[in-house]
Amino acid sequence: MKRLTWFNTTSLTLGFAFLYLPMIILVIYSFNASQLVTVWAGFSTKWYGELLRNEAFLDAAWVTLQVAVVSSTIATVLGTMAAYVLVRAGRFWGRTLFSGMIYAPLVMPEVITGLSLLLLFIGIGLDRGVLTIILAHTTFSMCFVSVVVSSRLVSFDRSLEEAALDLGCSPFQAFRLVTLPIIAPAVISGWLLAFTLSLDDLVIASFTAGPSATTLPIKIWSSIRLGVSPEINALSTILIGIVAVGVVTASLVSKRQLMRQDADEKAAVRAEA
Amino acid sequence: MPETKFAPWTDPNEKPLIQFRNVTKRFGTFTAIDDQSFDIYAKEFFALLGPSGCGKTTMMRMLAGFETPTEGTILLGGRDIAPIPPNKREVNMMFQSYALFPHLSVRDNIAFGLKRDKLPADRIAARVDEMLKLTRLEKFASRKPHQISGGQRQRVALARSLAKGPKLLLLDEPLGALDAKLRQDTQFELMDIQEKTGTTFVIVTHDQEEAMTVASRVAVMDDGRIVQIATPDEIYEAPNSAYVADFIGDVTLFSGTAMNRAPEAEPIQETAEAGTEAAPEEAENPETETVDTPKAVTDIGVPVEPEAPISGEPDAPEPARAEPAPAAAPAKAARGPQPNRMGLWLHDKLWAKVFGPRTDIVRQLPPPSDAERTLKSAETEPVSAETSRAPGGGITIDWAEGQPPLIALDGPEVKDGQQVQLALRPEKVGISKTKPDAVNALKGKVIDIAYLGNLSTYHVELENGMMIKAQLANTRRISRRDITWEDEVWVSWTGTAGVVLTS
Amino acid sequence: MMRRVVLILVPYLWLLALFLVPFAIVLKISLSDIELSIPPYTPQLDLSEGWEGIKAFFAALDFENFVFLTEDDLYWKAYLSSLQIAVISTVLTLLVGYPMAYAMARAPNHWRPTLLMLVILPFWTSFLIRVYSWMGILSTEGYLNQLLLSLGLISEPLLILNTNVAVYIGIIYTYLPFMILPIYSALERMDDSLLEAAEDLGCSRLTAFWLVTLPLSKNGIIAGCFLVFIPVMGEFVIPSLLGGSQTLMIGKVLFEEFFNNLDWPVASAVAVILLLILIIPIVLFQRNQQKTREAER
Repeated sequence: MKRLTWFNTTSLTLGFAFLYLPMIILVIYSFNASQLVTVWAGFSTKWYGELLRNEAFLDAAWVTLQVAVVSSTIATVLGTMAAYVLVRAGRFWGRTLFSGMIYAPLVMPEVITGLSLLLLFIGIGLDRGVLTIILAHTTFSMCFVSVVVSSRLVSFDRSLEEAALDLGCSPFQAFRLVTLPIIAPAVISGWLLAFTLSLDDLVIASFTAGPSATTLPIKIWSSIRLGVSPEINALSTILIGIVAVGVVTASLVSKRQLMRQDADEKAAVRAEA
Repeated sequence: MPETKFAPWTDPNEKPLIQFRNVTKRFGTFTAIDDQSFDIYAKEFFALLGPSGCGKTTMMRMLAGFETPTEGTILLGGRDIAPIPPNKREVNMMFQSYALFPHLSVRDNIAFGLKRDKLPADRIAARVDEMLKLTRLEKFASRKPHQISGGQRQRVALARSLAKGPKLLLLDEPLGALDAKLRQDTQFELMDIQEKTGTTFVIVTHDQEEAMTVASRVAVMDDGRIVQIATPDEIYEAPNSAYVADFIGDVTLFSGTAMNRAPEAEPIQETAEAGTEAAPEEAENPETETVDTPKAVTDIGVPVEPEAPISGEPDAPEPARAEPAPAAAPAKAARGPQPNRMGLWLHDKLWAKVFGPRTDIVRQLPPPSDAERTLKSAETEPVSAETSRAPGGGITIDWAEGQPPLIALDGPEVKDGQQVQLALRPEKVGISKTKPDAVNALKGKVIDIAYLGNLSTYHVELENGMMIKAQLANTRRISRRDITWEDEVWVSWTGTAGVVLTS
Repeated sequence: MMRRVVLILVPYLWLLALFLVPFAIVLKISLSDIELSIPPYTPQLDLSEGWEGIKAFFAALDFENFVFLTEDDLYWKAYLSSLQIAVISTVLTLLVGYPMAYAMARAPNHWRPTLLMLVILPFWTSFLIRVYSWMGILSTEGYLNQLLLSLGLISEPLLILNTNVAVYIGIIYTYLPFMILPIYSALERMDDSLLEAAEDLGCSRLTAFWLVTLPLSKNGIIAGCFLVFIPVMGEFVIPSLLGGSQTLMIGKVLFEEFFNNLDWPVASAVAVILLLILIIPIVLFQRNQQKTREAER
């Protein structure tokens, strides 16, 4: 059995303190009664109330949500296709270019992606708005989806698909009945990743959003440039809370599944013996 | 061979189920299958056996439809199957990894193929129940694949591929993932199911024991070609090449030059009879048949003392002289270089005085040549008509300097001087401490003993460094066995024990 | 076969149209002249004129925007300073991230999923909010200064916000998961018996780490460094929020050039140069990923 050494314990403690303290402080001070965010003046939830009355924020949040849902869904479809092409299609003309276009956006500075997309939209005369943000977000998040899905497909036993064909499936049926159910967890986490990337994005949205559509990050940006505000603290707390609940639930579910599977396998071994 | 035996390949009127006609498969520049033609008959259990990379899996995947031949055609029931996609073929496959769908229960896995045929639900259910019963999986029907053991998964895979009632079932290393004990049981189970369902099975395996156990015929493959197709016993007893002999089971191979022996039996003399009656000294060595005797060999025409017959002790050298063997003169060429008259004169008059007498020793007495033999038999007695137990005909194989030639009594036609190999199974080789009364007997030293429980394999190093394996059944307790490491022993075998290979 | 073609073509065309073509446009505009109109540039290449247009394009091709970048020292200073900040912060992130990844990989098995989740969790939270959280901590009247003053460690509040120090802290903080995850996955795959074998063969713990663990985590380190270095080069949010006016980073310059000065051709030229600088690390990163994936198979 492995045990944590003194050195390892220290580095983990310090590391996680560094990662989590700022957010914890943020959450605590979102319940501060004072307008001055750095001075504690008693517990209050008034900033949450202010936030809910701020229509500009609510509108931006609504736009952001729409963009995120639509773009992550399209990105998941395209990204899964791209992953399939990367892993399964074998050689075809321009394969290197294709895989380059999948991997480059993962590390491409957002300013470049944003600028180039903006110039494209202007070049083809597309008015900036919700549609352009969706197109932009779909493009970069499909690459993330395809990386997540392709790493699952690589470990996918190809003979499962062959077995489906052998038993009378058409290639499409084989995908729908066998491949998709098995890679579903990866596809879902790809969708979640695309969704949060879209929720989170400031730079690309700044380039591609027109005056008609403002997303939440753009809104937050314009208000925090001027300094720390208690309203933003409250908004951040809500966002952190949503993510924390989502991620913890997801990991608990998958952990329980793993444990059940483990128990099942042990039971099977016992049954054999 | 009994008449009732299943052997459609011997019947010229039987139509094969599958015909490979000049099938070639290339992947880029690599040739996986090289112009192969062969037939598989209905209800056969046909094994494709070979090392990894020999093309056996490609052969199977072409049958399943996952690969198409580059050249040639594959006929199933007389129809070319090249244009039929895998999902439309009446061929099902059991995958090496089993490829059970992890998200479906055992029942749904088995029903998967039936549902694709759009059969009514009750018929599907009935068929699935039938398959569950056949493979004894009723208890596990609602489990998921990860909830059952390896052996059960293997049976689910089998049930699933059999459910559609295919004309042909392909099994890709079906038992590779099971441990040794389970594998043995499953082999018999597989044969049982094959017999019950009457389906034609084609199995791909690299495990020769598995192929020999389950198959009606075995095709041994090497490097994209089928080297031999035959029943397991033929493959083992009569391999057609050194490759097959070496791949199937354990074998010692002697390479050498063949010489035909006299076509008829040598006359048997009284002394030979006496020698035969003398029982072999080793009870463990029942294989040491006495079909030939030193005396008889001596009579073939080696003019030396009876103590040094053809299989005589090579370590008792004797200064060779050309003079004592004038009878051998016509066969000089066959015996290697000999000094001519001038050379002898020079040696005796000059070199011997300067350098001392000639010291080169002939470790081996030359084998009798054809000419010699006919000469000798003509000289001695007329050919006897009685050949029942006398060793006659066959060939001798001159295989090593200083070692007696080997005698093989049956085998293919060879020309004098042809290069051949003698393949010898270890269980056909006897081992004894004293010189046995056998056609072939060689002296050596025990280097290693591999104790396998029921059998022991002795690795004996002959005097020229060659290793030969002899296998004995351990009928006695260990303490009573008297041959051990470093012992000087004799290995011996009959004239019919080895297989002469010309390729 | 038809299906395969469709399957390949759909994502391929999408990426061509929305990833590659835009770069071509950026390149084209970087070679254009500025004009006070919407869009604020005159295109040099008019494809509707066919061959003549292409000839005219090459005749009128000028690199004046690129020349301008070399003349104004703001730009090359910004590139150099971005490079410096990216290199230093990559090294710092590695120094913070490696011990954490190592400790996670050496942690008891039942702890690992939890630790992994704790590293991934910030990654899912808004980048903007995570940077923002440091503004309250690092400002002159922020929580850090309050703490240090009350402990008596300092008598004057430290000036951290709006300096490069704050930028480094912000980068390490936000990019730490990108460094930890690839290193962790490389270390986690490592067989423990390798270390035991090394010690059995006479290595001390430290030399075993140096000779076995470190080389085996090399691909993870390389991937992590690229994942930090490349995006940091073009980073815009962190220097804008945490850095001061003297913090020069090329992403910030580009953003301002575009939105404040409305000089699209120069902004495009800035992007082209940045891309040229990043192409080598991006290609190296992809090579490394390919190698890692092949090693996994």
